Amino acid sequence: MHKIDLNLPKKFTDWFQQKGWHPHRHQLDMLAADRQGAHTLLIAPTGGGKTLAGFLPSLIDLATNQTDGLHTLYISPLKALAVDIQRNLMTPVEEMGLDIRIETRTGDTPANRRQRQKENPPQILLTTPESLGLLISQPESFALFKCLHRVILDEVHAIAGTKRGDQLALCLARLSKIAPDLRRIGLSATVAWPDDLRAYISPTAQPDRVVTVTGMGAKRADVRLLETAVRLPWSGHYGLHAIPEIYQEIKKTGTAIIFVNTRAQAELVFQELWRANEDALPIALHHGSLARDQRRKVEAAMADGSLRAVVATSSLDLGIDWAAVDLVVQVGPPKGVSRMIQRIGRAGHRLDVPSRALLVPCNRFEVLECRCVIDGVAEGTLDGDPPREGGLDVLCQHIMSLACAAPFRADDIFAEIRQAAPYRDLTRDAFNAALRFVEDGGYALKSYDRWKRLFLTSAGTYEVANPKLAHRHRMNIGTIVEAVTLKVRLRGGGILGEVEEYFATGLEPGDTFVFAGRMLRFEGIKQTAVEVSAARGKDPKVPAYMGGRLPFTTLLSDRVRATLADPSSWIGLPDQVREWLNLQQWRSLLPGRDGLLVETFPRAGKEYLVAYSFAGRNAHQTLGMLLTKRMERLGLAPLGFVASDYVIAVWGLHAAKDMESLFDEDMLGDDLEAWMEESSLMKRTFRNVAVIAGLIERRQPGQEKTGRQVTFNSDLIYDVLRRHEPDHVLLQATRADAKGGMIDVGRLAEFLARVKTGGIRHRRLDRVSPLAVPILLEIGKEAVFGDAEDQLFDELAVELIEEAMRMDPQGGLPL
Amino acid sequence: MTTPLRDSSAIVLNGAALSALPDGSLHWPARNTVIVADLHLEKGSAFARGGQMLPPYDSRATLATLATVLTRLRPHRVICLGDSFHDAQASDRLPSQDRAQLARLVAGTDWIWIAGNHDPAPPPDLGGSVHAEWIDGPLVFRHQAEMGPRAGEVSGHFHPKASVQTRGRRLSTRCFIEDGSRLILPAYGRSTGGLSVWDPAISGLFPKGFSVHLATGRSIVRVPKARLLRAA
Repeated sequence: MHKIDLNLPKKFTDWFQQKGWHPHRHQLDMLAADRQGAHTLLIAPTGGGKTLAGFLPSLIDLATNQTDGLHTLYISPLKALAVDIQRNLMTPVEEMGLDIRIETRTGDTPANRRQRQKENPPQILLTTPESLGLLISQPESFALFKCLHRVILDEVHAIAGTKRGDQLALCLARLSKIAPDLRRIGLSATVAWPDDLRAYISPTAQPDRVVTVTGMGAKRADVRLLETAVRLPWSGHYGLHAIPEIYQEIKKTGTAIIFVNTRAQAELVFQELWRANEDALPIALHHGSLARDQRRKVEAAMADGSLRAVVATSSLDLGIDWAAVDLVVQVGPPKGVSRMIQRIGRAGHRLDVPSRALLVPCNRFEVLECRCVIDGVAEGTLDGDPPREGGLDVLCQHIMSLACAAPFRADDIFAEIRQAAPYRDLTRDAFNAALRFVEDGGYALKSYDRWKRLFLTSAGTYEVANPKLAHRHRMNIGTIVEAVTLKVRLRGGGILGEVEEYFATGLEPGDTFVFAGRMLRFEGIKQTAVEVSAARGKDPKVPAYMGGRLPFTTLLSDRVRATLADPSSWIGLPDQVREWLNLQQWRSLLPGRDGLLVETFPRAGKEYLVAYSFAGRNAHQTLGMLLTKRMERLGLAPLGFVASDYVIAVWGLHAAKDMESLFDEDMLGDDLEAWMEESSLMKRTFRNVAVIAGLIERRQPGQEKTGRQVTFNSDLIYDVLRRHEPDHVLLQATRADAKGGMIDVGRLAEFLARVKTGGIRHRRLDRVSPLAVPILLEIGKEAVFGDAEDQLFDELAVELIEEAMRMDPQGGLPL
Repeated sequence: MTTPLRDSSAIVLNGAALSALPDGSLHWPARNTVIVADLHLEKGSAFARGGQMLPPYDSRATLATLATVLTRLRPHRVICLGDSFHDAQASDRLPSQDRAQLARLVAGTDWIWIAGNHDPAPPPDLGGSVHAEWIDGPLVFRHQAEMGPRAGEVSGHFHPKASVQTRGRRLSTRCFIEDGSRLILPAYGRSTGGLSVWDPAISGLFPKGFSVHLATGRSIVRVPKARLLRAA
């Protein structure tokens, strides 16, 4: 226990005493650092008064010095600021009787309040990166932020390294320009790269300007693997086999969060839990596509302890902090150790009990991955990628925002932008290209001189050519480009949430699907809503969402490979899994720690190639496209491929023999270029870049189809730029995005380099190996389920498993 | 259902044997004529004028595709079904290189400009002749389909597109739509968007049903009405 810092004003010490609390050490450390004039980064797990620690310097400042105008800006990645802030900020302020005006400003704030906030700002303003971006683009921003003392960045680990983070960093650079003495405070969960976060918070992009304060270490966690009594599935990612056992765990526990990896999985797990719920326990569902009111209701019910369990996606990763959660269940591996630690942090904030978590693997490979996650948590190893360089598309948008706020000189804003960590290495050439793009599109063909968006004055400053352009730009500020969604309206009821247009337009009247925990019948699309009625069908179509699953981290990939390579580490794995691995060792080989194991075998008139590449599903998708192109050229007549996080399988008419040339690094040269030209993923990536940069305007919510006269085919833009302007700034931005994300060329390159040093072991087999069964079972799986398909899959599964596990006494040696 | 051997590109319209081509043009071999609709040249610069700086290469892309098909087929006559230019000033904005390309194409043939709603009077200086509609034997060519039965009518204007689902993936592309009596061409302009064939503006013109020929760029795929997704 610490002594109360005597420097705290009386109101504050009284309040702590009344509550019977002592300020946490990190709260006092934050205060001490602030008094020395430092910028600070607080790294602490969820709970433990992190938000208050961030606000404490400002509250004391405001309680002791009368200041007018905006004093402190708080920025959170969450639009639903209200709940957590109420408990951690408003309540202490009220109870101490502090006279401080605190207001929020988000996309939902009504226009009259926004106007009032500009004229008569509160002392503390709570907002989001998008709303800040909009404020920065207004001429009034200079007056508004002139006396700003502090900016608090919440959940900064979740935002640095994203495009929203790039935008925020650029806005911070502008804030520091307006208010040079601005103090920055970052609040973060534990991450693998604290120095990058310090640089992100720093006003000069130099980490040493920022003091790190560390909160209480993560509490001891009791993490278990669910030892299922039923047969472990060979494939699949839903974990429905374990529902009865998960239900028993819920029954034994006070309150549980059941984390799953996708929204579709959330719907199915929720549905099955309800089927098993013979005690009618209050179990709820929470994911990002549900109507906001519904989500708020679930959060409130969770906060007041009236729920026994909630099935959730990453929608519950951030924000609301529930002390009362006793157990975190993770269905399917969390895909990263850091993410698991953060999710575990959601349970058991009571000091005397360790956090409890249960991992439920959905298939055999996931048993290995979950085992590795548990080991990683025990060792406290952190993973995840450090922030990458800032996006040029975000830069283009920001330059236009700066022009909308006030005329600028190119040299001035170049210097300003380089103070933001994501852009500290920005070259003048890249900056000029972005500026030229904003000016007139930046094309070599100079045909748009007459219609420039920026106008260079004789004084050497850039100005927006007309106010209408500024107005339109402000409508398009932000970096989240979401798939177009349609509201789901229940006939005779309210809005249930949203599904992607892509899914909705694939439905025929009469089709059923599971959404918001209900079985629904599709009736039709009316205006911008999907009309549904309650249904009782038994073969639902499940909503499919874009970009559902994240690949597992490189750290987990390394650990899984190390486990596979070392049979002595298999102790503690379930018998079913050990038996499976032993058979693999006997029938073929185990994938090694380094290098690459490739198996080829004939099956039902086709030739299969299975590569144990462990580069994550996104890199594998790209690898699959490139491999099949290559095999086509070699005359192997490839017919298709399927990829998981661990493995890729390609099948075709003829067997591949020369693996070295097939997996050569030169794949990333001409082959990659040729693929990028046609790839729909690349086109989608380009489209997002073009929207953020302001080349294509986003469809405003509620805006109906605009009709063909004003729509422009974005694929054509991509095609003509590739042909006529291959170095255009938007293509540069697209290529940078392709290094990660859905295309993940960066990780593919790492994998190919690993193959080159570690070598390839090729096993020619007479039939499918045990380790290859799971991936073959993925072939042909789609998001649409029905009786017929299920039956086919079941037959295929039985056939494959028998084939792989057959103990053939003669000639069983693999060759 | 159609038999798999039937040529997907064949269209018989009011007795005339026509061929839908993968790039979205229509060939009438008996008259040595190629027909295209809705080139929408200089659509990109029309956006730029409004402050949206789309790349200035859309006309070039459209003309390159057109030059390819005309070089291959060497038609005696070319009919542009209107909206060849995105707006009345579009031909002034056409970059000189693209203008020269278009003039070369026009010069080699009997070029018919049908007037459209975007370009009621196509520019006189490019060559060719301007008509409200053009009649040739069993066929009548106009910009926009007229209500009621019209045997042998070939038109554009609506930019029809259609979607199919195969192996769980939704494919959406420009298409020809016809019922043996009336035919609507897809927009030929590379920059144009499309309107679903299920939109009443299009489907209302085919009260007795229709067939769709998807123009994928590489091939023509004939799809029966029942297989089409009712995309919004």
